[in-house]
Amino acid sequence: MNSDKITKYFLFAGSLLILIVAGGMVFSLVGGAIPAFHKFGWHFITSTNWNPTEGRENYGAMPFIAGTMITSVLALLISIPMAFSTSLFVSEYFRKTPVASVLSSLVDLLAGIPSIVYGLWGFYTLRPFIMHLGLSPQGFGVFTSGIILAIMIIPYATSLSNEIIVMVPNELKEAAYSLGATRLEVIFNVIVPNARSGIVASYILAFGRALGETMAVTMLIGNDNKIPHSLFDTGNTMASVIANQFGEADGLKLSSLIAIGLLLFIITALVNTAGKFIINRLS
Amino acid sequence: MKVTTIRDNSSTRNTKNNIFLGVVIFFSLLTILPIILIAGELVVKGIGQINLSFFTEIAPDTLQAMVAKANGEIIPGGIANGITGSLLIVALAAVMAIPFGIITGVYLYETPGKRYSNLIRDTADVLQGVPSIVLGLIVYLWVVKHITHSYSALAGSVSLAIMMLPLIIRSTEETLKMIPGTLKEAAVALGVPYHKIILRVLIPSSFSGLLTGILISISRILGETAPLMLTTLGNPQINWDITHPTSAVPLLIWQFYNDPNMVELIWSSSLFLMGFVLTLNIISKRISAKHSIH
Repeated sequence: MNSDKITKYFLFAGSLLILIVAGGMVFSLVGGAIPAFHKFGWHFITSTNWNPTEGRENYGAMPFIAGTMITSVLALLISIPMAFSTSLFVSEYFRKTPVASVLSSLVDLLAGIPSIVYGLWGFYTLRPFIMHLGLSPQGFGVFTSGIILAIMIIPYATSLSNEIIVMVPNELKEAAYSLGATRLEVIFNVIVPNARSGIVASYILAFGRALGETMAVTMLIGNDNKIPHSLFDTGNTMASVIANQFGEADGLKLSSLIAIGLLLFIITALVNTAGKFIINRLS
Repeated sequence: MKVTTIRDNSSTRNTKNNIFLGVVIFFSLLTILPIILIAGELVVKGIGQINLSFFTEIAPDTLQAMVAKANGEIIPGGIANGITGSLLIVALAAVMAIPFGIITGVYLYETPGKRYSNLIRDTADVLQGVPSIVLGLIVYLWVVKHITHSYSALAGSVSLAIMMLPLIIRSTEETLKMIPGTLKEAAVALGVPYHKIILRVLIPSSFSGLLTGILISISRILGETAPLMLTTLGNPQINWDITHPTSAVPLLIWQFYNDPNMVELIWSSSLFLMGFVLTLNIISKRISAKHSIH
């Protein structure tokens, strides 16, 4: 065998690792979740019970699935006006000016702040502010978590949509301007229709980020194992229940937490694949 | 595009246009408000505690902190056990993830159209989206339970390496794609062996891009807390043994946050952590900006 072939096989062998890791992850998650699903069946997903008392152990994932979905959707809704405005500021109104590059680097810095620091800021600054507004007695809950998550996902929502908005052909915009369109009309009649799928994809990917955030949410949601009844109610998410309850877990409880991890894995994989699918169709 | 009938409504259209510009500027400023508030709060509350012993001494225990507080003194000690632990865990993760990431990235660049390559790319995308807490769970099952039989630095490194791997694979492939194909063709025409083309042509000419990718991925994992809670646990002492529980700066912040006696220490540790992460980010931006001029 000549050296070129050896090099090729070497590269191929190295590339196998990521497949082994991914396959092993699915295998371990499914294997670990089997006792919980065996005991509770599909009821595990829909049940709202969470009772670790020995002998009467009963676990259901619904409060956490609901909490994850509600906080993430809320985060997405809050972040869209900010992310969309930032994208227009950077890629349209102030395109290629120093002020745009300052703004976009500051937004990039948001992605560099560790989750736990967001949690601290949320706990010591945002939470008292929410209490001050009288929205919730302790300041914990879905709303507070949603705001923090929204701030955290803005850089993910903007980075791709900035690129897409810049790519809208100038000829189209100029044609609209020459017909007397205002900037606002160009944005909503030319830019948005042309960049729609890319913008949607970037918001889907940002939503995927929000689903798995752990520390900041754990510190702010109140860790209450129930489906939140209102925007200002406390609750829990899939990621934060794993973080909170993992320390004392073994047996059926550990298996239930792994099962929640498996569900979270499936949900994020689906959301990310949907986003990536739209992006791949673009190019 | 909609065709609008010409009527003299230009003044309302202009007003709407200006109002919208105002809205865009307002929300854009609102977006950067948190980073200013967070950075400001960390600097104001944290800078006073940062001194030499902050870097050289290990974290105090609750009793020491309580006594110091009762006497009105500054809480003694530092975060040396966290800094050394973070260095150990992140360095080990980088050693595991970088070679495999670059090899896989080169493989994808060399065999772009294959179905297998698309499978690798899709797997990397899915892996990149997996929440870090889930990685912590899996590595707990793999390493903590079956290899080191206790919480360990190694387990933390494995979970962070899994986070790094897809980032490095994609950045390597993207960087290699930007090299002019003529460079490689020239080497092939000269009869250079394949492995030398990779080591002497592809990697050196994309070096700054690779470095940027590596630095960005390291800055992503430095602040990770959730997977470390499930894998390395924490340690009150400085520990260099990769099979033992180890502390890390984010774990220390979590520990301080949960201890009413030491809660003051969160600000200085967070300031340090965020400063470190942002410095890495800025360095990598500088490198990639220099790179793109060529």
